[in-house]
Amino acid sequence: MNLIKKYYYGDLPDEHNSGTNAPPIAGVEEPAWPLWEIFIRSKQGLDHKHVGSLHATDATMAIENARDVYTRRQEGVSIWVVESKYIHASNPDDAESFYEPANDKVYRHPTFYDLPDELKHM
Amino acid sequence: MPVQNREEIFQKKVDKEIRIEPKDWMPDQYRKTLIRQISQHAHSEIVGMLPEANWITRAPSLRRKATLIAKVQDEAGHGLYLYSAAETLGISRDEMIQQLHSGKAKYSSIFNYPTLTWADMGSIGWLVDGAAIMNQVPLCRASYGPYSRAMIRICKEESFHQRQGFEILLTLSKGNEGQRSMCQESINRWWWPSIMMFGPNDDSSPNTAQSMKWKIKRFTNDELRQRFVDVCAEQVKILGMSLPDPDLKWNEERGHFDFGAINWDEFWNVVNGNGPCNKERLEARKKADEEGAWVREAALAYANKKSRPPSDSVIGGRSLSTQSNEASLK
Repeated sequence: MNLIKKYYYGDLPDEHNSGTNAPPIAGVEEPAWPLWEIFIRSKQGLDHKHVGSLHATDATMAIENARDVYTRRQEGVSIWVVESKYIHASNPDDAESFYEPANDKVYRHPTFYDLPDELKHM
Repeated sequence: MPVQNREEIFQKKVDKEIRIEPKDWMPDQYRKTLIRQISQHAHSEIVGMLPEANWITRAPSLRRKATLIAKVQDEAGHGLYLYSAAETLGISRDEMIQQLHSGKAKYSSIFNYPTLTWADMGSIGWLVDGAAIMNQVPLCRASYGPYSRAMIRICKEESFHQRQGFEILLTLSKGNEGQRSMCQESINRWWWPSIMMFGPNDDSSPNTAQSMKWKIKRFTNDELRQRFVDVCAEQVKILGMSLPDPDLKWNEERGHFDFGAINWDEFWNVVNGNGPCNKERLEARKKADEEGAWVREAALAYANKKSRPPSDSVIGGRSLSTQSNEASLK
């Protein structure tokens, strides 16, 4: 299945010049529906968790589609949808320096403090 | 940073089982391999709806019909999880669909075989979904985060598919003479195409080594195929049926079942478009796409109209809607 390979797809070129050896198909100019990120609360009391994305024309459709795609087996009691273009993310390339300030602050953890074993309930 | 260093860092992360996420640097070839594999997988789920949809109206009971509809719905869902995962690599949904329709992207060859009898719903569940699961479980640990997460969700759902298939065959196997022979005949037709699903033999599958180094794949095609044959050779006994392979027998020394030679000519023939249903499947996908175009356009037009201030809607018309379409493309 997904192991079928080489001859067919290996010629995928970078960015916008793909499909050069494929015949053009009529109606390719169709505008794409916006992309939405989907967050689902699996049960009351837990937080919403990112589960994936889908295309929809508006928020209502995104929520309905999210219900059909991501909660077919009662996986959720609440759905958030956010249009993907509004998600801003930290840059993974900067991760090392970005999170560096927390590295040398072990005193933020309770285990940093030396206390006698007799001390109970703390 | 020079590319070579980046590649080293990338490989170290992969070796340490740290998942690669969409915004992380990755080698071009890794990206291409994933796009190819994930999109072909997505296409397979979507095209895979067709052979089974064929039997929804003729399912023998309400229970079977409800099950089959739920299963076909699941396949649509699986296709969507995978398309979304592929999109995180920078290819658009539209481009993938075009590649399917133009024949540039492939899908699993198994779906180019026809579903001639009701027993085929059983064989597809047991053998085709069984082979898919064998393939997909290791993919839950694939190094690319969105792919592995999609696969975890898929595998969870796929298990009911296989069980309902086996149940169909089990019921037939306990039926009358006609039902039993329908069961056996169906197994006979699906067995060889199912074990072909694992792809070419390892010695003629040059991509496997690289994919394993990148931890996209965890086992070779032949390893997975052997595991599948071992499992099925036992399961078929419960059905009181047989697998259509005279060379199938337990090899004490290897601890595995030996099996007969696979007809790779048939495999490549079907891959290259000459299977019994290749044309029919692609036509059905194209027809669905073309005939659904007006729905997609109308939904977009409606959304644009709703999001415009009321004064604009009086001006309405083409030019405005074109503008907002362009805006939404960015």
